[in-house]
Amino acid sequence: MDDSKHISPPADQPASESRREFLHTFSLAAPLLLLGLRISAIEALAAEPDAAYNAREHYYGMGIDVSKCIGCGRCADACKNENDVPREPYYFRTWVERYVIGADGETDVDSPNGGIGGFASKIPEKEILRTFFVPKLCNQCTDPPCVQVCPVGATFATEDGVVLVDNDYCIGCRYCIQACPYGARFLDPRTHTANKCTFCYHRVVKGLLPACVEVCPTGARVFGDLRQHNSPLARFTRFNKIMTLKPHLNTKPKVFYAQLDEEVR
Amino acid sequence: MDPLQEVLRQVTGYIYPNEVELHWGLLVVVYPYLTGLVAGAFILASLVRIFDVKEVQPTYRLALLTALAYLIVAPLALLAHLGHPLRSFEIFLTPNFHSAMAMFGFVYAWYLMVVLLLEIWLDYRKDMVLWAQKETGLRRWVHRLLTLGANDISPNALRFDRRASRFITLIGIPSAFLLHGYVGFIFGSVKANPWWSSVLIPVVFLFSAIVSGIALMLLIYFLSTLLRAKPVDMPCMDKLASFLFYALVVDFSLEMLDFIHRLYEAEESIHILSQLVFSRLFLSLIILQAFLGTVVPLVLLGSVSPALRRKGILALPEELRRLLYAGAAILIQIGIFSTRWNVVIGGQLFSKSLRGLTVYKMQLMGLEGLFTSAFLLLLPILLLLLLIYILPPWPESEQHVEAPAGD
Repeated sequence: MDDSKHISPPADQPASESRREFLHTFSLAAPLLLLGLRISAIEALAAEPDAAYNAREHYYGMGIDVSKCIGCGRCADACKNENDVPREPYYFRTWVERYVIGADGETDVDSPNGGIGGFASKIPEKEILRTFFVPKLCNQCTDPPCVQVCPVGATFATEDGVVLVDNDYCIGCRYCIQACPYGARFLDPRTHTANKCTFCYHRVVKGLLPACVEVCPTGARVFGDLRQHNSPLARFTRFNKIMTLKPHLNTKPKVFYAQLDEEVR
Repeated sequence: MDPLQEVLRQVTGYIYPNEVELHWGLLVVVYPYLTGLVAGAFILASLVRIFDVKEVQPTYRLALLTALAYLIVAPLALLAHLGHPLRSFEIFLTPNFHSAMAMFGFVYAWYLMVVLLLEIWLDYRKDMVLWAQKETGLRRWVHRLLTLGANDISPNALRFDRRASRFITLIGIPSAFLLHGYVGFIFGSVKANPWWSSVLIPVVFLFSAIVSGIALMLLIYFLSTLLRAKPVDMPCMDKLASFLFYALVVDFSLEMLDFIHRLYEAEESIHILSQLVFSRLFLSLIILQAFLGTVVPLVLLGSVSPALRRKGILALPEELRRLLYAGAAILIQIGIFSTRWNVVIGGQLFSKSLRGLTVYKMQLMGLEGLFTSAFLLLLPILLLLLLIYILPPWPESEQHVEAPAGD
């Protein structure tokens, strides 16, 4: 998969290797010194993304080809596993909706358990005009209303275009949840802070794909860097007619849909 | 069982999965209700000061103390609702200047410190000095402390007090407008929510605040006079009732404008919103807010009070008239509380996918439960009793500078 190399930052092995070595020797040689230091600070240093990663060089987005989604729900399941999302059927960072549009123009939408475990086949009582699945997630808007309303700035957009929440800072007022037009946020019942899709930021900065993209069996989800002309996402937006959700709200989403139906809101 | 499982069963149509949990509950209904009363009571008080409406003078000090009592309690409702109340101070330390909610802290602090406390202090200073001279024990010390050492009651000093107080009231009126207009803006500026997103919402909030504040002062004045076994000042009650009627007319017109505007524009959301109004909000909007909370009081006040004709369209004896005023004021309180409910809860009962409706399961216990809200609605009354004890607002408690001179 040469696609992945476009979004992987150049690896700087020696630098990170030497730091690890330093930390190792340091902790062995001077354990007494460590007592005076905050262990968490050391941990943060060790967990810091690769020093060579420069957020300014990236700008992430996602493409979704509606016609390729088969509604297996593996993306929603993988997301819950990867990001430790509560398993209850009303906390989702990503979910899949099924649209059934009848010949009479009536539209039925459902998303049982966010699509995890797939969709049980419905016996149609009426003639069906068209039907399809739509994966949903945070649109990582360029002008995110959630960031605008957060009273303390706990939710913010990174330089590489991902909207994140600082768990240690969020006061749990839930204004961001109200301000999100896409229902992409929830309040984590364990931390009482806002929670949402991060594009699997912890994976992305290491050059890996978001979990939902990784597991999608049909390639309906395309992740990539909008700054790079030859990224899979740039290709996706070049070869498809693109729609975003609720464009009239001027949030400028960075999740781009191909083959999107007008019934999808 | 998890109450959200129960909600999930009562959803009609389709809602986004994350919308099963309703995020702003009863406490967030209580909050704009309380701040509305603050703004309304203060605006009534400023009628005396700025527009020199002599009839409602007996309610002036009472209205200031009421505004203070409600203003102190209002943010407690927000605090109890936060996921991390202990982090709330971050709103002051590291505010996001783009956030309507972050600016609340400053509007609130301005209103409390610069407007309300200062105006009350200036108005009571002379009395506190004189009370402290006469009293003994704890009351003497409390009053002495509250004067902050400003004991000068020479005619010059008192003239300064009056002028400063008038100036504060002058800033106070736009501040009171700002206080509640801003609460409306917090909802009105959410473009994601078609029920809230309207430029009229701050204005509607403001006028409903004035209505609720005047109605509350009418009730508090009436009850306090009865409890103290004093004669009810009927010109004052009549004037309050007339103002209440005028404010209600403006409020109702604005609400109707909003309603007609939405209906006529018939945007994408109109279908789900009309479902919302006629199913989930039928009781709280059509029956409580519109009929019992607005139309009935309008008819009552319009026919009995001197708002339209000097003796009232129906000339009734004083005893009956003030009972009807009080009845109308109680109905208005119920109506305004329903208004807050319909905005806050109503705005979350439909999905932003515009395809379905959900329900609100109110809790009884817990921080966000019914009992907390009931307590927060009662607390301002208790606080007001304390304030009245420390700073009696009655005309007979007022001191005159000549008194000590006669000793």
